[in-house]
Amino acid sequence: MLQGFVNSIDPYFLQILVNIGIGIILALGLNIITGLTGQLSLGHAAFMSVGAFAGALLTLKTGTPFYLTLILSGLFTAAVAALIGWPILRLTGDYLAICTLGFAEIVKVVFLNLEITNKALGLTVPPPQTALPMPVIVLIVAILTIIASTFIQNSRFGRALKAIRDDEIAAESMGINIARYKVQAFAVSAFMAGTGGCLYAHFLGYINPSDFGFLKSVDMLSMIVLGGLGSIPGAVFGASILSAAPEFLRFMSQYRMMVYGALMVFLMVFRPNGLLGGINFTDLVLRKLGVRPRGALRNLEEKQ
Amino acid sequence: MFLQQLINGIALGSTYALIALGYTMVYGIIALINFAHGEIFMAGAFVGLLMVGVFKLNIFLAMACAMIFCMIMGVVIEFIAYRPLRKSSRLSAFISAIGVSTFLSSLALMVFGANAKGFPDQAFPSQQISIGDADISTLQLLIIGVSAVLMISLEFIVQKTKVGKAMRATSEDYNTAALMGVNVNFVISFTFALGSALAAAGGVLVGMLFNAVSFNMGLMAGLKAFAAAVLGGIGSIPGAMLGGLLLGVTEVFGVAIGYSSYRDAIAFAILVLVLLVRPTGLLGRKILKKV
Repeated sequence: MLQGFVNSIDPYFLQILVNIGIGIILALGLNIITGLTGQLSLGHAAFMSVGAFAGALLTLKTGTPFYLTLILSGLFTAAVAALIGWPILRLTGDYLAICTLGFAEIVKVVFLNLEITNKALGLTVPPPQTALPMPVIVLIVAILTIIASTFIQNSRFGRALKAIRDDEIAAESMGINIARYKVQAFAVSAFMAGTGGCLYAHFLGYINPSDFGFLKSVDMLSMIVLGGLGSIPGAVFGASILSAAPEFLRFMSQYRMMVYGALMVFLMVFRPNGLLGGINFTDLVLRKLGVRPRGALRNLEEKQ
Repeated sequence: MFLQQLINGIALGSTYALIALGYTMVYGIIALINFAHGEIFMAGAFVGLLMVGVFKLNIFLAMACAMIFCMIMGVVIEFIAYRPLRKSSRLSAFISAIGVSTFLSSLALMVFGANAKGFPDQAFPSQQISIGDADISTLQLLIIGVSAVLMISLEFIVQKTKVGKAMRATSEDYNTAALMGVNVNFVISFTFALGSALAAAGGVLVGMLFNAVSFNMGLMAGLKAFAAAVLGGIGSIPGAMLGGLLLGVTEVFGVAIGYSSYRDAIAFAILVLVLLVRPTGLLGRKILKKV
């Protein structure tokens, strides 16, 4: 039944929806390390490609069931991230950013030269044999990622990450093990990027190392900054807009990417904190329901 | 063989250094990674090509035109895309820079088409000179010479002139410089103009070196130049020169000993390794932890 419903949707529209879903997974992944922990990563496409190739190879060489593949490729990516994160997360600010960028370029070139990833020809991945249609799986994973991100943000772990973002020295003096939390955040972030990559590989059916270049990393970063850094609704919104924009701008044909670039500049100039940056949605919903939000209460008490 | 590759490396490296200087100056003054810089470099190459190809100008005049054009372009970009964001978070300005970069490269794609274009042969009649067992073309000597002249003049402007003093003051402390009567807006525009002019010269030189000018040449060159700037210690002018030369030379030697398919990875591998040992680059100042 579900299969029939999915088939009844226009395939082009479906493609856009799946792109949005994968975009949300990737954006939320990057949001954990860049938005929540404040460590700029310019090489997240590398984790996406590690996940994509790990997933594709598991399916092609071992025939692992798809759900297991999805989790294994995420775990593998997280392990890779922890391994490289351990030395490079000592760097700060832009030095870290360029280091992740360099790492991503190295991963791309290595994949372009490895026999097992079929060099520059890329891999063709057969569609997975699952009961659920692929777009539904993407949707479910996207929702799971949103839930997981919300939990992480409100947990002890998430609060520690926010403390690191706001002031490393203060966080350290409060007993937060900065190095450990940074590596953990990096690994969680890479796990999401890896699953996103694995979904991308199986939905598209073809992956090439060159697809995961610098521009892909920048795409992810633009999503979370445009939406509002550190905000989960913002990341979802930014991912939806930027994944869909190139398609909706298609009527402008050759002017498309020009408009896209100009749009990014204007959005930033007029909304420097992102579209949904600085908006507290829980408070908005509570106010709608007639409950006075706690934040407002605190402000009121301070004024009196 | 060694001398040959060394000269090749220095020629390539000095073009990286020219682009890296723009990155490092802008970073030093407003802490912005100006990702549109690679596209300014590309624009410089196209303007130079047009001047030589269509207006039949001498290569040096063409380079001067490209530099002036890109100076104006750099100042305009700063005014539109970065100035309104100066007080907001650095990531916002960074995304704005990426927007500018996307805009410019797709504009170039539309205007000039997707094919790479070469400089006409009469642009610079290059000859081979033999020094020992090395064959060096006069083009390489031209590249090294022009880069050296530009870098020395930059060093002169920054160290000896009044505006250079203002630049150093602004990069030391933006607010204090403004309080001391430095016109920081002018200084920032001037920095963008200087950096863009160097990138334009680099664009014309690279266009002649590889005999190819295309709309996407800015991306990889920009990334590598940025890597060079960070390698030397971002914000440091001698650092950018050193980083550029180092990257160029290692890249050429890496290709020479047979890793040509890893060409683009070599620069970044060096960068990652150096940063692990010296976290703020070769000549970068130590970041002090302030409480």
